[in-house]
Amino acid sequence: MSLPLFLPLAALLLLSALGVVLNTHPVRSAMCLVATLFLLAVFFIFLDAEFVAALQIIVYAGAIMVVFLFVIMLLNLEKDEVGRTRTGWHMTTMVSAGLFAIGLLYIVYRAGTLLPGAGMGVAAPAAFGSLEMVALRLFTVYLLPFEITGLLMLAAVVGAVVLAKKKVA
Amino acid sequence: MDSTLAINIAISAVLALAVTLNALQLAGLLGWVERKASALIQDRIGANRAAIPLFGFKFAGKGLVNTLMADPLKFLTKEDVIPRGADRLLHTIAPCLAVFPALVTFAVIPFGDVVVLYGKEINLQVAQLNIGILYVLAMVSLGVYGVVLGGWASNNRWSLLGGIRGSAQMISYELAMGLALVAMIMTYGTVDLQAMCRAQGGTILGFIPNWGIFYQPLAFIIFMCAGIAESKRVPFDLPESESELICGYFTEYSGTKHLMFFMTDFIEVVIVASLATVLFFGGWQVPFLERDGFHFGETIFALPSIVVAVLGILSYTVKSMFFCWLQIMTRWTLPRFRYDQLMRLGWMGLLPLGFLNAIVTAAVILALGSH
Repeated sequence: MSLPLFLPLAALLLLSALGVVLNTHPVRSAMCLVATLFLLAVFFIFLDAEFVAALQIIVYAGAIMVVFLFVIMLLNLEKDEVGRTRTGWHMTTMVSAGLFAIGLLYIVYRAGTLLPGAGMGVAAPAAFGSLEMVALRLFTVYLLPFEITGLLMLAAVVGAVVLAKKKVA
Repeated sequence: MDSTLAINIAISAVLALAVTLNALQLAGLLGWVERKASALIQDRIGANRAAIPLFGFKFAGKGLVNTLMADPLKFLTKEDVIPRGADRLLHTIAPCLAVFPALVTFAVIPFGDVVVLYGKEINLQVAQLNIGILYVLAMVSLGVYGVVLGGWASNNRWSLLGGIRGSAQMISYELAMGLALVAMIMTYGTVDLQAMCRAQGGTILGFIPNWGIFYQPLAFIIFMCAGIAESKRVPFDLPESESELICGYFTEYSGTKHLMFFMTDFIEVVIVASLATVLFFGGWQVPFLERDGFHFGETIFALPSIVVAVLGILSYTVKSMFFCWLQIMTRWTLPRFRYDQLMRLGWMGLLPLGFLNAIVTAAVILALGSH
């Protein structure tokens, strides 16, 4: 990924991420999150991880965010006015987000890739990030975690069905 | 910039432009075909004349060109109304969000084999991504936003109902469609649509074309049902059922924005038809035609490369047009489902069938040990 491509994309990504936080309207905020996830997928494509990009869009942008929007619309949430008054919560979230950002920056600094452009142009190994490669790793090295995640999902689905049934009765 | 890079960029640009314009044109043409088909089925004559007022003159006539021109011109010259209390920004963005994923899906659909022109190999597919069909699924899943936002931003309860129905329906049928595609990915052992087309060359037993439909008939039925449901057409048109919701999620849209939603519907018809062609009916493959000409047993009719390429494109076009026609015929033949029937078909009919099909396919492949 070259610098002239990276900078405008990164700027767009940051803008849409800011849009998620700063928008007072839940639907607009959610749409900014969709844009952020989509742009992240674009980054994955430029980093030779096409499969991860496809998953990013199918799972996050295409499924999870639709459900988010669905809930927002069904509850008919209006502009967030209650949140403005709870300054205590605001402080907590800001401090924890700040700590998280510092931690992330430290990790990036340690890796020696703090400057934009560092580590760019390094070719990925052949077949890196392809569907075949990910599948191979998933079904050999990471088989147990993969299967356990599957079981966990199944349990979640069954739980959701049980909860939904109770409400009707 | 060296010349080969410039040539490659030029080829990509020409392919992309040709495919996009073709999709847009087909959307317009299908609008007319749908009118004529409905007339045919309901024993009417259908749209056969139109007058186009232009610069004070009136171009009236009975020709195809006139009726084709009248529709978009009328849409384009209408006033654009945004209802009071609507979210102006999201109301405007929604039709763009609907039409964009539909148009870009064509990027991975191959419409011909590799053709050699002036010593240069050109792959007749806009973008050869190594995620192939997953890209299609990703774009299909993004198509929901146009519907949801259009319904919500209009500030109209019928629109909202249409949007909610639409998104629930599209999410439900995406699963069945994905499972049908999983079976096809297993059958061909690849996600690249061009490679899938190539794998369908040759014949079974010497006379049946080696097409996906003969290996995966159930996947084809699931795919077609889910595809029609994804494009929200009768019998799955609950999001825009005119007898209940006026026009569903695009009730409050007029002029060009309405045209964009309208177009999206037809572009999706073309996508479903193209995918059915590529996955199940050999794409650009012509029976007995190989790269150097027709092969009938031992006899070979040699043909130049360009003729073979044109025959391939023609084959793809004829097949996908047939499936567009099939979808239009379906629309004017069947009545609309009830919403609970729709959900039952999706979750209790197509989804288990899709799982079954995928598992049986996997078992057969394992037993044959073909991959």
